[in-house]
Amino acid sequence: MNLRRLLLALAAPVGAFAFSVGLSSLVLLAVGTSPMEAWTEMLSYGTRLETFVETGNRATQLYLAGVAVAIGFRMNLFNIGVEGQYVLAALLAASAGAAVDLPPVLHVALIMAVAMAVGSAFAGVSGYLKVARGVHEVISTIMLNAVALAAVGFLLRTWLLDDTDATLNMKTPEIPPSGHFPKINGLVETFTREIGRGRELWGFLLVAVVVGVLFHVFLNRTRAGYDLRATGLNPFAAEAAGVDPSATVVRAMLLSGAVAGLIGLPEILGDAHKYDLGFTRGLGFAGIAVALVGRNHPGGVAVAAVFFGWLDSAAPILDVVGDTPREIVSILQGVVVLSAVVAYEVVNRVRRAAEARDAASAARQPVAEAAPAGAEEDS
Amino acid sequence: MSTPSLTTTAPAVELSGITKRFPGVVANDRVDLRVAEGEIHAVVGENGAGKSTLMKILYGMQAADEGTMTVGGAEVRFSSPSEAIDAGIGMVHQHFMLADQLTVLENVVLGAEPTRRGTIDRRSARRDLEELGRSYGLDLDPDDPVETLEVGERQRVEIIKVLYRGAKVLILDEPTAVLVPQEVEELFKNLRELKARGHTIIFIDHKLEEVLAIADAITVLRQGRTVATVEPSGVTAHQLAEMMVGSDLPTPSTEPRADDEYVTLAIRGLSVPATEGRPALEAVDLEVRRGEIVGVAGVEGNGQGVLVETILGLRQAADGNIALDGESIVDWTVRRRREAGLGYVPEDRQRRGLLLDAPLWENAMLGHQTAAPYTNGPWINRRGARDATTHIVADFDVRTPGIDTTARALSGGNQQKLVLGREMAAEPRMLIAAHPTRGIDVGAQASVWADLREARADGLAVLLVSADLEELIGLADRLLVMLRGRIVAELDPATTTPMQLGGYMTGASGEEGAS
Repeated sequence: MNLRRLLLALAAPVGAFAFSVGLSSLVLLAVGTSPMEAWTEMLSYGTRLETFVETGNRATQLYLAGVAVAIGFRMNLFNIGVEGQYVLAALLAASAGAAVDLPPVLHVALIMAVAMAVGSAFAGVSGYLKVARGVHEVISTIMLNAVALAAVGFLLRTWLLDDTDATLNMKTPEIPPSGHFPKINGLVETFTREIGRGRELWGFLLVAVVVGVLFHVFLNRTRAGYDLRATGLNPFAAEAAGVDPSATVVRAMLLSGAVAGLIGLPEILGDAHKYDLGFTRGLGFAGIAVALVGRNHPGGVAVAAVFFGWLDSAAPILDVVGDTPREIVSILQGVVVLSAVVAYEVVNRVRRAAEARDAASAARQPVAEAAPAGAEEDS
Repeated sequence: MSTPSLTTTAPAVELSGITKRFPGVVANDRVDLRVAEGEIHAVVGENGAGKSTLMKILYGMQAADEGTMTVGGAEVRFSSPSEAIDAGIGMVHQHFMLADQLTVLENVVLGAEPTRRGTIDRRSARRDLEELGRSYGLDLDPDDPVETLEVGERQRVEIIKVLYRGAKVLILDEPTAVLVPQEVEELFKNLRELKARGHTIIFIDHKLEEVLAIADAITVLRQGRTVATVEPSGVTAHQLAEMMVGSDLPTPSTEPRADDEYVTLAIRGLSVPATEGRPALEAVDLEVRRGEIVGVAGVEGNGQGVLVETILGLRQAADGNIALDGESIVDWTVRRRREAGLGYVPEDRQRRGLLLDAPLWENAMLGHQTAAPYTNGPWINRRGARDATTHIVADFDVRTPGIDTTARALSGGNQQKLVLGREMAAEPRMLIAAHPTRGIDVGAQASVWADLREARADGLAVLLVSADLEELIGLADRLLVMLRGRIVAELDPATTTPMQLGGYMTGASGEEGAS
């Protein structure tokens, strides 16, 4: 029973991945380059320590984005606004961090708190609109993305601009060193050689791990998490069971937004120490893909984030060697998302049919045999 | 009492030895059905007896594993409904398949549009439709949008749709389930008209009085097998019912209740506005005492559902009061009401009562997730929840491979036993049970009745809403009848027959008859 469940759980992502690689290879063949060469290049570049460090950094951000989206998905709320939430949060948090001077740990904590509050408040607008005005969250979050990005452009050019800077780069003032998040190169280098090429592993990775653990505990071990999942599985039954639908919507949006607020911080706190035009955008949308491939499951999203992060980190080599366009990686990611969604549904049907068969045969057993069902407790 | 059909010509439809297996169940086990040309043939049986599966096979929606079918004497094998339609078989589904925004005419031709030079030939479509309407007495305005039609009219659109495609044999799947009595009369008139014009009608139903009124022949199915084919003149409704469920028809019954005047639930002047038209509930008064089962009868849609949802807090009352154990609960949230001991067995267990894709143990805590043993403060108590579920599964005879199985995998009866078990395990003060035995098999039905009886003996107050009149009369201590959002009669089940009850439900018996 459990082995079957495990195999089924693995079948979908593995199948989706194989299918995606196959299809991308066909695309490469069609444009007249050698897929074999492209994949080998990516593999050999991608297995270098420095690429793994890059992967870790990228995956940290993708994971936070994936979790932010997954919190909404778990109750059938489509928070498409993670993009706007995190960019706005990053800008305001970076500015706030530069404006104050605090002891080291407190300084970082303040920046994180500001980022989470901004993300939460901005997502909360959509939650409020849905509950109070019946505006679908997909519409409001998409609209608010545009609002957020426009606001970021305006603020960066005006009130939050570092006008002491002589260059043309528009940026916020630098955050003093007390507000930097330490690197954790040392942690990796205990096991490996020294990390070269100026690559540094952001310590925010550990925060992402904590967020993942909290997400898991919240979903599976708390009443509030159960209410949220129940609402996602069947809002009508949840309502009859005493779950307040409006409160759950608002709560889920606030929580999703709070995690979204963290997405930009690994970069701000670990590397840039300011918000400028080089700030990475698009992670909010990537987070949707990561959450889909990871099935909104804390562990699954982590695997998806590492996978997507690795693809992003290994892809640049294609610009340098051979004549494979690096965009093939985007194609690969896109196909992975589509085929994963299809594969999950197929596996789901197989699983359901198998379960129905088991249940039907159990129903035919005499009464006494059906009883010791609890024997496999906590297995 | 099984009288073989005496027709001599080739039957319009003959199914023999039809077997259809699904994972874990045999839906049809060597079923025989012989329908003579130009007759109205009823197929009756309980939920799950295999009626729908048989019709889906005949209509080409599913393929039989074994057996043969002939239509007009020629052997056929359909792999899709369009092949069945070509052979002159049409089906009117229980749930209408109409496009609400389109007009009657557009719906009728949808999928079979007459074309002229590549465009829809509206003129000839209209002519054909009017011709059909005239000759069968099915009057409809071709230009009415379907969304403005009444249920009975929509059904007529479905029938015309089928006739328009040239069907000679019409399958109607529980056509009266959605109709009020007057509409049923209208439908039967239409069916007789169709029969007079040589059409053959196969009619699925489980309302036996109706079947006896309209059918020329009746085939009874039980647990996937043909029990008998009989003529309506030769049987009574009771005999048919016995054939449907097997020899011993289980009857709900209760012992007289102890004299306990303590009022658990008191409702006074409760009114709920409707989304449109007349109020959904109007000045409803009712009381349920400790250890008492109060039955609520009524034709579907006369306010029973609204009453249940308002007591539970899913709908807000405009006026009036609801008191549980003497305390007003109208301003309470659903959660607070449930914590105060309000148990709920929903009318539609899959929609309101279960998380189909969650394991049984998570379903067992649904509605009780704020209390021990399921949770401990803000934390879920996994061990406690799983132990409690194991007990519910054992005590209420839920047949399942384990408590990690998802609720979806269980049969309807086992799902219902789980829902009832979880409500009972929480030891409620007041149980709201809406159609607790709807759509479940006879065995599970008997066990639900036994559980309700036992809980009543332990002092539980039960409000039982049901469409099963035998169940109401057998289980309830008092019967209330709802009509158009009001309670129109209070009856003593000991002296009430289903027939009388039906009279009050449709408003045929006046309110002066209320005892």
